[in-house]
Amino acid sequence: MIVAGCDIGSLTAKAILLENDEIISSAVIRTKSRPAASAREVIQTALMRAGSKLEDIACLVGTGYGRNQIPAVDRVESEISCHAKGAHHLMPTVRMVIDIGGQDAKAMRIEEGGAVAQYRYNDKCASGTGRFLEIMAEALEIPLAEMGAIADQATEKLVITSQCVIFAETEVISLVNAGKQTADILNALHRAMAKRVAALARSIGVAQDVVMTGGVAKNKGIYTALGKALNLKIKSLNGNDPQLIGALGAALCAREHADNG
Amino acid sequence: MTVVAGCDVGSLTSKTVIMRSGRILGNAIIKSKPNPVESAQTVMQAALAACGINMADILCCIGTGYGRNNIPFVSDVKSEISCHGKGAQWLLPSARTVIDIGGQDCKTIRIDNAGQVVRFAANDKCASGTGRFLEVMSGVLDISVDELGNLSARATAPVTLASNCTVWAQADVIKFVNSGCPLADIGAGINTAMAKRVAILANSVKPESDIIMTGGVAKNKGVVSTLEKLLGHQIKKSRKADPQIAGAIGAALFALETINSR
Repeated sequence: MIVAGCDIGSLTAKAILLENDEIISSAVIRTKSRPAASAREVIQTALMRAGSKLEDIACLVGTGYGRNQIPAVDRVESEISCHAKGAHHLMPTVRMVIDIGGQDAKAMRIEEGGAVAQYRYNDKCASGTGRFLEIMAEALEIPLAEMGAIADQATEKLVITSQCVIFAETEVISLVNAGKQTADILNALHRAMAKRVAALARSIGVAQDVVMTGGVAKNKGIYTALGKALNLKIKSLNGNDPQLIGALGAALCAREHADNG
Repeated sequence: MTVVAGCDVGSLTSKTVIMRSGRILGNAIIKSKPNPVESAQTVMQAALAACGINMADILCCIGTGYGRNNIPFVSDVKSEISCHGKGAQWLLPSARTVIDIGGQDCKTIRIDNAGQVVRFAANDKCASGTGRFLEVMSGVLDISVDELGNLSARATAPVTLASNCTVWAQADVIKFVNSGCPLADIGAGINTAMAKRVAILANSVKPESDIIMTGGVAKNKGVVSTLEKLLGHQIKKSRKADPQIAGAIGAALFALETINSR
């Protein structure tokens, strides 16, 4: 039996196909202007990769910002429950999930059985979201995907005092004009962003093990900086793409729903 | 005659006011330079030139603002909060609440009848609700910040920005521009978003009449009129001087107090 989870975010859409507890395919695409179009394309891509057809899907659960616009969706679930479920499935010892998306950030505390005990999210302020990194990458004219690797080469410890994207950008420009190295500036930016995210996590009480989900988790620089800011080691998801965890959780919900008839 | 001065070195603009017998002799406003020491020296020179006075004539000068600890010719420094409180009270003796919106921050101050600070709230962490917000938005519209203030009055169907956050609001404004929305309607939406953010800060100190605005944004008619509606209070103006120099006026008045107490 094949089930599917589809996570329509503000910047990317993700889909996962599960067959008997195995991930048989997945897909990530940049969102189109309409969530429905994004959903169609990302699901089709995942189906094509699995060699399956839409009719093969026994149950499709949607999550994310655009979940209500997913065509032929059987149910929708909140992002919070899907990220928690997906993370807990991969790591039963997880007690905190920090999800940093393109335009928001969430921190969730999970109980032993995987239920969400408490959560807090920020979807009002660009600071501490993927957008912070996107804007800084543009300002420094480097590809977003290389930010973490470059930040790793820092030698001088600079300080960026602002967490606000706008004010931090001004500080970056001053540092560039003062001839500071890009690697050092990037490193400082990662630390500034990590501070913001750490504050969100602390506001609900940090508990280990901690994992990161969402696209920004792929940035090693944030991963390291956040760990330092929280004074602990953030666990990796054993090679699983952190960006797919929401869709995974949705797929797991789909399986439960299909199992129950 | 006792000549005193106040120097307010801000992040975007620097101001100097020279006073004698409680009256302003001369003042100057300049764009701040990267080096606050230079800003202070340049704006002081400009103010001296404006009233034909020499530096040696000034008996006491107090500094304030973000760059106050870098002003070489001051005898002491005072917080921006206290200077804006005092300066506002000079501008309008009936003022009991001051809303100061600067280039990179926003403060609301409750004062007593002597201009002393009773309570205050400040935001210098988030660009929203500061002059920066308007700068970013007017940049998208390709107009000056001054022109932005006049747009609210000409709007027929003001837009509502989805967010107060400068980053998200900027993306929103770009969408409106690309969809061909009239400039005035977008401008009104921007001024309203700005006023909304400021109102949140202002309400946190329970504003009382009379309310006066200081700082550069006080000159934006769109923000002021929307803020009046949101606060349910009229915002009074002063004809005595430019609201942008309120901090420097307060600093000069503190300089006078220093002289009188010697």
